[in-house]
Amino acid sequence: MTDIAAVSRPNVSLAQRAWSIRRNALLMGEVQGQGYIGQALGAADLLAVSYFHALTYRADDPEWDGRDRFYLSIGHYAIALYAALIEAGILPEDEIATYGMDDSRMPMSGMAAYTPGMEITGGSLGHGLGIAVGAAMGLKRKGNPAFIYNLMSDGELGEGSTWEAVMSAVQWKLDNLICLVDFNDQQADGKTTDALASGPQARQWEAFGWHAQEIDGNDLDALVAAFNTARSLTDPKPRVIICRTKMCKGVPFLEEREMAHFVRVEPEEWAKALAILDEGRPT
Amino acid sequence: MSEHFPMHSRRKSKYEPRKVPESKVATSAMIASLDSEGRDTIAAPFGNALIELAKTRDDIVGLSADLSKYTDLHVFAKAYPDRFYQMGMAEQLMISAAAGLAREGFTPFATTYAVFASRRAYDFICMAIAEENLPVKVCCALPGLTTGYGPSHQATEDLAIMRGMPNLTVLDPCDAIDTMQATRVIADHPGPVYMRLLRGQVPNVLGEYDYQFKLGKAQMIHDGSDVLFIASGFMTMRVLDAAKALAKDGVSCAVLHSPTIKPLDVETITREAATGARLVVTAENHSVTGGLGEAVAAALMREGVHVSFRQIGLPDEFLDAGALPTLHQQYGLTVDAICTSVKTWVSE
Repeated sequence: MTDIAAVSRPNVSLAQRAWSIRRNALLMGEVQGQGYIGQALGAADLLAVSYFHALTYRADDPEWDGRDRFYLSIGHYAIALYAALIEAGILPEDEIATYGMDDSRMPMSGMAAYTPGMEITGGSLGHGLGIAVGAAMGLKRKGNPAFIYNLMSDGELGEGSTWEAVMSAVQWKLDNLICLVDFNDQQADGKTTDALASGPQARQWEAFGWHAQEIDGNDLDALVAAFNTARSLTDPKPRVIICRTKMCKGVPFLEEREMAHFVRVEPEEWAKALAILDEGRPT
Repeated sequence: MSEHFPMHSRRKSKYEPRKVPESKVATSAMIASLDSEGRDTIAAPFGNALIELAKTRDDIVGLSADLSKYTDLHVFAKAYPDRFYQMGMAEQLMISAAAGLAREGFTPFATTYAVFASRRAYDFICMAIAEENLPVKVCCALPGLTTGYGPSHQATEDLAIMRGMPNLTVLDPCDAIDTMQATRVIADHPGPVYMRLLRGQVPNVLGEYDYQFKLGKAQMIHDGSDVLFIASGFMTMRVLDAAKALAKDGVSCAVLHSPTIKPLDVETITREAATGARLVVTAENHSVTGGLGEAVAAALMREGVHVSFRQIGLPDEFLDAGALPTLHQQYGLTVDAICTSVKTWVSE
């Protein structure tokens, strides 16, 4: 951990944080010439609000017991979380060029054993929320007031295990559990809403007994308000924030590309995307 | 050996009318204890061992997926209600939640039937627990052929499934003594464990011998010069009885009990197999595919120990429903069936 130049810039806005997360992700995408860049750009705002508004943590001690736990159920979003962990000073910026390479601490799919700040091994979808249920029960047993955040994708709403966990979180009154759903309506074969998750999202969670909010997940003000509500609620129930996000957000020519789970980016387009992002750098 | 590998079921047509059989043996209840065969028994060895552990260890918690009464976890739940988590009929959730509890420093004992853990919850045991080497103990009742309910409840391939999982320790204890001792030992083991359970009134067999469960160790329970049984689970009881019966017919049998299926005690097994010129016979309450027998065979081949080798186990097929004693007879797990097979093999 000694090589990390911890980022301590209290006057940096959430918009600037989100911009940096997008930039880190594009740089990593360029290293591999591919990757889940569409998801990273789409989730940058909710990650910025998570790591620079909501979560309590110590950048120099990622396993500090008082931290809020952030579980990445969607392993392939690792590129997005690495980008946020770099901005948070938990991972060193100078390892960006190792992304997905041999011996890297930042493999393509997120795994707990590889990366500081990566709490769980995700990737087999539908696991995160169930693990979060157990951890939330464990925190309560210990009298630890930390929150568990679980970031999952809309595609994971198709996994039956997700709904086992949804029911259980209500059963155990897990008011220390905040689930974030990145609803970008894309999964491997097409639109999520054409496959399984076409129902009324917030109402479904509410019917199970959750406190549900459904917001524009690329609107920083809406995200801040939703996180504040989720954290301050006194009802003994778990909370979900369904974040409607746009794939590739922040790079218009990619936003307009025919949407796919795995957005195709030509080799020369990485520099173009970075240039466009740089032009829009928030002040 | 060809009878172990039938290509089709022996079952009669479902359209063929049946009469009440002369035996009038009914399907044993799913919750029935393994036939104690006139031995002393100990009640709920797993649940009671867990209670003892919990007295000194605050980190011990128990989880059930609606089967606490049928895994003996109910006695723990009664003794420590605030350390018992009823997770409902949701095995994937129970395993994931156990992983979450382990992440927060607890030592969860997650219980269900062996079929549900090994078949339904495999991905969750694998990725939420084993990949991260978390100390969750998955303890499962109805191993192998211990119910007459048919394939939905008969975990005839659980050891084969679980042996494939890295990091996972796989146990098949013999009796109440073995189960109680193993429960204490695995609580101290820093990694994940899959353990088969006998529940209810469980025979006490190993109490007659100078035996102490040791993780990763096969132990000689009874020595002999003609045949070397290598057995796990309740088949160790059966081969001990078979050894006594065979001795009367002049066949001297050793019984090496190997409750740790993985990591297999290759050193002891190869040493014993290489000692003398004994016929090596593995015996397991599991399919002949992928369990103790094949693990032993592969170990002997790898170590260059060439012996005459036979396997006693369940056929690689979906087993019949019916009464357990009948099924044990039908599939060759009884003492008589073992004796008959061994006498044939030693005379070949």
